[in-house]
Amino acid sequence: MSVPQQTIESLIERPSLLQQLGLRDWLWATAVLAATAFVFAKYGSIMDGYEIGILAMTAPSLIGLGWYWKAFQPYALTVTAFSLLGIGLYGDNYANAEVVFGLKYLVSSQSAVMWMSALFVMATVTYLGGLFSGSEFTLKTGTALTWAALIMGLTGLMVRWYETYLVDPEFGHIPVSNLYEVFILFSLITGLLYLFYEGRYKNRSLGGFVLLVISAAVGFLLWYSYSRGADKILPLVPALKSYWMKIHVPANFVGYGAFALAAMVSVAYLLKSKGERQNPNGLLAKRLPSLDMLDDVTYKAIALGFAFFTIATILGAMWAAEAWGGYWSWDPKETWALIVWLNYAAWLHLRFSKGWRGEPMAWWAIVGLFVTLFAFLGVNMFLSGLHSYGEL
Amino acid sequence: MRNSPTSSTRLINFLGSMNLAISLLVIVAIASVIGTILKQNQPYTDYQIKFGPFWFDLFRSLELYDVYSALWFLGILAFLVISIATCVGRNTPGMLRELRHFRENVQEKSLRAMKHQSTLTTSQSHTEATALATRILHGQGFKTRQKVDAQHTVVAGMKGGMNHWGYWLTHLGMIVIFLGGLLDSRLPLMLAEWQGNLKPETRNIPAGDVPAISQLPPSNFSYRGSVDIPEGSRANILFQPMRDGYFVQHLPFAVEVKEFRVEHYSTGMPKSFESDIVIHDKDLEKPLETTISVNHPLIYKDVAIYQASFGDGGSEVKLRLQPFSTRYAAQDLDGKIFGDYKLTSSDQQYTLELKDFRLFNINDMEGDEGKVTKKNVGPSITFKLRDATGQAIEYQNYMNPVSIKGQYYYISGVRTSPGEPFRYLHIPLDPKGSKDRFFKFLTNMQNNELVKTAAIATTRNSMQQNSLQNAEMENQVIESMVRLTEQFSSKGSDGIMQEIAARFPEEKRENASEAFMKVLNASLRSVYLETLKQEGSQGEPSEADWLFFDDSILAVDKIAAYGSPWLVQLSSFKQIEASGLQITRSPGKDVVYFGSAMLVLGVFLLFYISHRRIWIWIKPQGDNQSDLVMAGSSNRNQPEFERYFNHLQGIFQQVMAHEVKHVSSTTND
Ligand code: HEM
Repeated sequence: MSVPQQTIESLIERPSLLQQLGLRDWLWATAVLAATAFVFAKYGSIMDGYEIGILAMTAPSLIGLGWYWKAFQPYALTVTAFSLLGIGLYGDNYANAEVVFGLKYLVSSQSAVMWMSALFVMATVTYLGGLFSGSEFTLKTGTALTWAALIMGLTGLMVRWYETYLVDPEFGHIPVSNLYEVFILFSLITGLLYLFYEGRYKNRSLGGFVLLVISAAVGFLLWYSYSRGADKILPLVPALKSYWMKIHVPANFVGYGAFALAAMVSVAYLLKSKGERQNPNGLLAKRLPSLDMLDDVTYKAIALGFAFFTIATILGAMWAAEAWGGYWSWDPKETWALIVWLNYAAWLHLRFSKGWRGEPMAWWAIVGLFVTLFAFLGVNMFLSGLHSYGEL
Repeated sequence: MRNSPTSSTRLINFLGSMNLAISLLVIVAIASVIGTILKQNQPYTDYQIKFGPFWFDLFRSLELYDVYSALWFLGILAFLVISIATCVGRNTPGMLRELRHFRENVQEKSLRAMKHQSTLTTSQSHTEATALATRILHGQGFKTRQKVDAQHTVVAGMKGGMNHWGYWLTHLGMIVIFLGGLLDSRLPLMLAEWQGNLKPETRNIPAGDVPAISQLPPSNFSYRGSVDIPEGSRANILFQPMRDGYFVQHLPFAVEVKEFRVEHYSTGMPKSFESDIVIHDKDLEKPLETTISVNHPLIYKDVAIYQASFGDGGSEVKLRLQPFSTRYAAQDLDGKIFGDYKLTSSDQQYTLELKDFRLFNINDMEGDEGKVTKKNVGPSITFKLRDATGQAIEYQNYMNPVSIKGQYYYISGVRTSPGEPFRYLHIPLDPKGSKDRFFKFLTNMQNNELVKTAAIATTRNSMQQNSLQNAEMENQVIESMVRLTEQFSSKGSDGIMQEIAARFPEEKRENASEAFMKVLNASLRSVYLETLKQEGSQGEPSEADWLFFDDSILAVDKIAAYGSPWLVQLSSFKQIEASGLQITRSPGKDVVYFGSAMLVLGVFLLFYISHRRIWIWIKPQGDNQSDLVMAGSSNRNQPEFERYFNHLQGIFQQVMAHEVKHVSSTTND
């Protein structure tokens, strides 16, 4: 029963990245490139140089993401299929939203977002049910529902992008321009980040916690669209008409999403730690992942959030330089971004250089979410400044 | 000099300490909050009103109105930068050592004491095992160093040294960003102010009148300010705000605005602002013409010119002042926006200050069916009327009548302070589309003779109908009618309430007011019928006429609190727009961007690369066997490293153990 020499060689020589890729990965890359080429062929003539640059950067990013996280591939393909369905059903008539069955009940942006909202709430309940009952099957259902919600949500955004052009070609813009749209984005990014870690750590017991914050966002979203008609498609104010928006806003929301995830995992940390102290055989102590793992996920999420938030703030500064003539004006939104950033910088230093762990850091991460929330919502509600686009 | 080495070491230890760093990060964050809660750089009078003299002075001495330029705030920032620099300086030698040394001199004991370590025995010779271990580590991307001793060999490997570059890039990047920001800061201006060479101007005077001590030369290193240039004009200055005042910054060229345009979406929202501008510079052969718009600035001679805002550039307007009182005459006035005009035709002296002209007003309007839609209601002017004591009331008057639920009105908004919403006066339009009937009615109300005649006619009429004959009572009623009408037309319903309050005790007021209102109403109706008669209309008033009556009464009621003796009407205009330009010279911008790039790269290196070390300690055991001690450490991501170490250990085990089996299988066969 000797191991062949070849196997030994393969053990010694670590396979290069390209060798690790399978046929499926190459198909994925081909599909992304083909889609990019198609978009360029169809819309290249109305894009400016920067937008073409962004498109060109999107392709390798998506390919890389799909290679790094395999589950992203079927997700992206399903969303593409649904989005194309929506676009196809619309044709060039916005009124179809109320007429065509498939749009009215499934893939018009409003319906898709409704589906997303319902599915997220169902997923939250399911995850929590699974956690309490200890049923692996229920937890798996939670994961499936979350994927479904993410599919509908991103489809909703994609179709909405198309709808903005249908309402009036002059209105057309990427749907990350107001509070309604970014709340969808926030829910999507937080959900995706969660599923990524769920897959990495092979542990579904945190779903109920993370989805709780998404459900809260969904609750706000529904209130906001019903009571304020926020889902109405409006044109952009001149200052927002810039390619910067396409990268600044999503980068920011990777940050917000990751910080929210970290805070919710910290909640789990506190519960687990309390459970272990008070009732070592209780539900919390038994069912939740180990403290080490919770601490690790919190750190990873904050690190990711910090990195993206850094990028987003810098991109924001560059945009401000172009729109207002100054890269830093101490405008309330800018200043609060700095506050959030400094707060997490302090957190990272405490953890890394002073070696702090445990409950104080978990509390700090939770407080961090409130600081973040203020930067994201509170500033728009209570403070006025140059950034007052997404007013409540 | 007491600068003994110990105290300077202590200082460095303090500055470079993690506790200080974390405290500073939190302190900067908290200090930044202040400036977002307290609105910065507002006119000082606003703060005075808001806080009262005591807090106003206290806050001012703490520089809270411009926190981010306050010395104490800059001091904290500087402290943070010094702390970072000290920290980098202190950690660098250690990190360089980390990067250079493979630590191939480790002792077996210390390896065995490590958290990640394992041992295995292989049937390979010492040299074979060493070669294989080296190959595996190379395959994993490690750089290795070997130390061969009499008794054993150590293969020391490491990778991920870039992580330390991450530390340098992140922290030096921060310093670079701060230095770049310093280049663009107002620190030089503040220094010059300190030395007494500069003083911000706080008066609102033409740029030409600003004294030299508030002016800055074109050679100035960095600046950022704004200037409004009316169409057809040019400027070679900008206003750089400083606390409650400004400096006049001269530019090395002049900017002319040829035309300013606003484009609108179909909803009436603005879609784009743009200006056709011309740069006049003696270094240019011919003037440089271009168009700038929001998000698309022009950069010329390191100076960036942005489309920031727009406003009125001194539009010419013709106004008609229609008095509410018969004691004054109507008056016409030719004015320009931003002009001040003395008005002398009333009892009081007023100054009319024209503030703004707007061609479009997109307002929420209630349509006929009560549905609210956005509608353009046409041009408006905004002005202030300031009395002799200096009190001012602000007005916003629309030029064209506006339809509300099918009826047309002239609309004028009024408020006494900028924070309030406007309250509106609605003057109804008569069927001919003019406000003549309203003013005629108002004039008649103020004419006691006419009121009396009308009152007598109505009273007689109704008394006859009721077959009452009482001369005294008749006179009383007529007298009340005249007096109440006079009160109402000069003071509104408040006047009536005052009259009641003065004449009746508390418990009788309700009944009295009911009776008074009846009398007043009868009188007003009679005056109104008289007005209609004067207009030449015959027969019974229509329902529309009575609606007009109701609207008029509402309007007259409001005039008392309206504050202006006239209705100021815009009769014609010539619009002149001004383009609001933001002009910046910012030599530090690229430095900041460079620092930012360092920061981003550094952060990713710090988070996603860890510095890992693996040691393989190989000790020969007889001819064909060796003992291996394998150990590793990483400076980051311990859980991940643990997984990695186990994986690596698996590789070693499989590769080396295979050899054992291989050997044994050959002997057994
Ligand atoms: C705004 C200021 C600062 C920012 C944004 C910043 C950012 C960072 C980041 C992101 C890390 C990586 C943490 C991790 O991997 O979890 C780090 C590490 C570190 N920082 Fe800072 N830092 C700042 C100021 C300081 C100051 C003032 C000091 C001085 C005491 C300092 C000392 C360190 C040290 C010693 C490390 C560990 C580096 C290593 O061993 O690899 N930092 N910093």
